[in-house]
Amino acid sequence: MTRIKQNLVALNTLVLKEYHRIVRIWVQTLVPPAITMSLYFVIFGNLIGSRIGQMDGFGYMQYIAPGLIMMSVITNSYGNVVSSFFGAKFARHIEEMLVSPMPESLILIGHVAGGVVRGLLVGLLVTLIALFFTDLTPVHPWITISVVLLTAVVFALAGFINAVFARKFDDISIIPTFVLTPLTYLGGVFYSISLLPEFWQKVSMANPILYMVNAFRFGILGVSDIPLGRAYLIIFAFIIGLYTLALTLLKRGTGTRE
Amino acid sequence: MRALQIHGLTKTYGNGVQALKGIDLEVEEGEFCALLGPNGAGKTTAIGIMTSLVNKTAGSVAIFGHDIDQDVIGAKSCLGLVPQEINLNLFEKVQSIVVTQAGYYGIPRRQALERAERYLRELKLWDRRDDIARNLSGGMKRRLMIARALVHEPRLLILDEPTAGVDIEIRRSMWRFLRKINDQGTTIILTTHYLEEAESLCRHVAIIDEGRIIVNDPMSQVLRKLSVETLVFNLAEAVDGVAAIDGYAVRMIDPTTLEADVTSDRGVNGLFAALSERGLRVVSMRNKANRLEELFMRLVDSKEERGEHTAVAGR
Repeated sequence: MTRIKQNLVALNTLVLKEYHRIVRIWVQTLVPPAITMSLYFVIFGNLIGSRIGQMDGFGYMQYIAPGLIMMSVITNSYGNVVSSFFGAKFARHIEEMLVSPMPESLILIGHVAGGVVRGLLVGLLVTLIALFFTDLTPVHPWITISVVLLTAVVFALAGFINAVFARKFDDISIIPTFVLTPLTYLGGVFYSISLLPEFWQKVSMANPILYMVNAFRFGILGVSDIPLGRAYLIIFAFIIGLYTLALTLLKRGTGTRE
Repeated sequence: MRALQIHGLTKTYGNGVQALKGIDLEVEEGEFCALLGPNGAGKTTAIGIMTSLVNKTAGSVAIFGHDIDQDVIGAKSCLGLVPQEINLNLFEKVQSIVVTQAGYYGIPRRQALERAERYLRELKLWDRRDDIARNLSGGMKRRLMIARALVHEPRLLILDEPTAGVDIEIRRSMWRFLRKINDQGTTIILTTHYLEEAESLCRHVAIIDEGRIIVNDPMSQVLRKLSVETLVFNLAEAVDGVAAIDGYAVRMIDPTTLEADVTSDRGVNGLFAALSERGLRVVSMRNKANRLEELFMRLVDSKEERGEHTAVAGR
């Protein structure tokens, strides 16, 4: 068997393992985001949103739905990789992969694929819930699909890097709590940055999540606070930067080898 | 062909501890080699480097000719590891653990399932294949780690204290299994603190102490270095004492048990003759301690007597 075929088998094994993990612990991986997002739709979209009125020409519920879908994709693609990879490090069964001839790039890609799978599964679930509350027919389906997929890759890579550096369980909750959540909430999920004073609009432009949320919203509703091209540029820049960093760390053995 | 070639291997940890101080070790294909040493001697560090779990500081390691710096994929493909610590995914099913490991080595699923069944049956775990690993006993977890290490049929199997904490029955069944796979051609490197295990299984022995190889010879040659053995004799009838026997240090332990230090140049025949002359009938005889254990202790003790144990900085 050629090395390429062996690598494909190895990658398939890792991705399937990650998928089975997500499905096996579905109460932890799929149900909580579904409940949380349902509450967002009921409270922000339905109860409060009905009093807010329109945003960029759309009902508030319809306006926040793409943002909430992206929020769940971001959180879950990140959370899946950080918990899976750190869990494997903590219990030391990461050694199963490290002693095998599987190249480091495949270990990384396999884990990222697991994060993307969970991010997209949860995103799909939240979309189905959103459809109970509002109409979501993508104006630009390919932009919608590509943006959600690439964003899941970005945050799966970020979760991997977090897991590489983590030494204890506290370390895997610090970034999501103190960095990811604030950036997501301030990333245009609930509002258009045109509502902000000029200074805060400029500050918001430094938040990468703003570009991803708005690009996705453009795919579904056709409106965005930022130019689409810049959003893709930023997403690709993050993917290349984070992939290079994650692979370097893995090859060097940072956090995985003594 | 050499299964393992290590030259000038050095490892200094970030805290300054020098775990390996330039070791050289070669293991022939088909060998069953014991890697022995006290706790902290450097055995697990050496194994960690061989298996790419620890970064080396200097030196070279080659597995069946594949240098771990030049061709780590080739080196890893030849290797199977049973680590000292349990490192199973405890929430995964037994069969799935073995099949997944095969997948990491690029073995297609159908073939992986066949091999998993074969090794789980051989290691008496097939009936537990659908249990999650957490529900296995300690001995079963160790056998599962052996099955996992063998599923890609490595040419070199490294076992780091595989029988630690395992009861004697399971330990002996593991010995039989290891002998069998060694007879089938798998080269084995075994570290253990049960020196009876090493003496019984291994044909070659390397002793590592404070990061240096202090013995590296065939087992028979190593045991010949044991110049004095202490033998214990059980006597048929109780006696009050025994007169001195020329050339042997003899002492009574209790009225029916006698202990004698026998040097290799004198042998045991003269002692038997002397005991017969004194009308003492010996019912049975045994070594007071395992021979390898005795030699091991003497090697370590002689270093302590010479004050060589002070050399490791930072420990």
